[in-house]
Amino acid sequence: MSVEAGQKHEVVLVEDLKRTQIVQYAGASGDYNPLHTDEVFATKVAGYPTVFAHGMLTMGMTGRALTDLVGTAGLTRFGGRFTSQVWPGDTLTARITVESVADGIAELTVSTVNQDGVEVFSGTAAARV
Amino acid sequence: MAAERFPIEWGHILMFARAVGDPNPVYEDPERAVAPPTFTMASAQFDPDYFLRPKIGKPWFGSGKEPTGISRESSGTGGGGGGGGTGLHAEQHFEYHKPLRPGMVLTATQKPGRSWEKEGKRAGKLVFNEGITEYRDESGELVVTARMVGVRTEKVVGS
Repeated sequence: MSVEAGQKHEVVLVEDLKRTQIVQYAGASGDYNPLHTDEVFATKVAGYPTVFAHGMLTMGMTGRALTDLVGTAGLTRFGGRFTSQVWPGDTLTARITVESVADGIAELTVSTVNQDGVEVFSGTAAARV
Repeated sequence: MAAERFPIEWGHILMFARAVGDPNPVYEDPERAVAPPTFTMASAQFDPDYFLRPKIGKPWFGSGKEPTGISRESSGTGGGGGGGGTGLHAEQHFEYHKPLRPGMVLTATQKPGRSWEKEGKRAGKLVFNEGITEYRDESGELVVTARMVGVRTEKVVGS
């Protein structure tokens, strides 16, 4: 697979995020914080408008866009900030840019945005290519 | 997430890949599956003290008959992120030292990182805490280093 500087890769990660997928992530990851899956707790105790996705669900979905591009065993680094919350019903798109390729290592930037164009995750990654 | 024994299992990888909506067929093949990039978060399942998992016979802060099972003050004080109400995950960073495959058994050890404060526009005072988790294989070699930044806010942030 060839990865070149300047290359861009865009993936729709999820359309109309379902509460059930958030439950699925809680079960797989072991993060059962009721903020993410318990509407009564999230609204009545924590004061949020509804439940919201784990940041790590957003980052996990974003990781899929990276491995689509560089393969499942190539990443050397992946990190970023959760810049806005992700709610049930959101549609998320990851946009990856290959900033440089040198000595077999690609440096990438990644931005995941919601249906309104608001960035929900902003990060960087590096991969052997 | 500290764990003395975090076994990397193909079925767990498959469930995790499904949960993050990754259709890559590699995860369906026990011979070829490699853990997805954020999979080490699932070591929470193997941390006996992980505070965001209900424990058998112990109070739990999620709703039951009442909106919360226990008082707010005693919930969600550990770890870097999550928490009961105002704790949020701000940043997460992974360094990958070698691929993570089914059959490997890791240990996860945690060390505290930096701590700092900032005045937020929407949420009042923000207190950031960093935690570093090192995942090592059976020979003691580093497989993944994870750095989490959690933030606690004075006010609820909802957009």
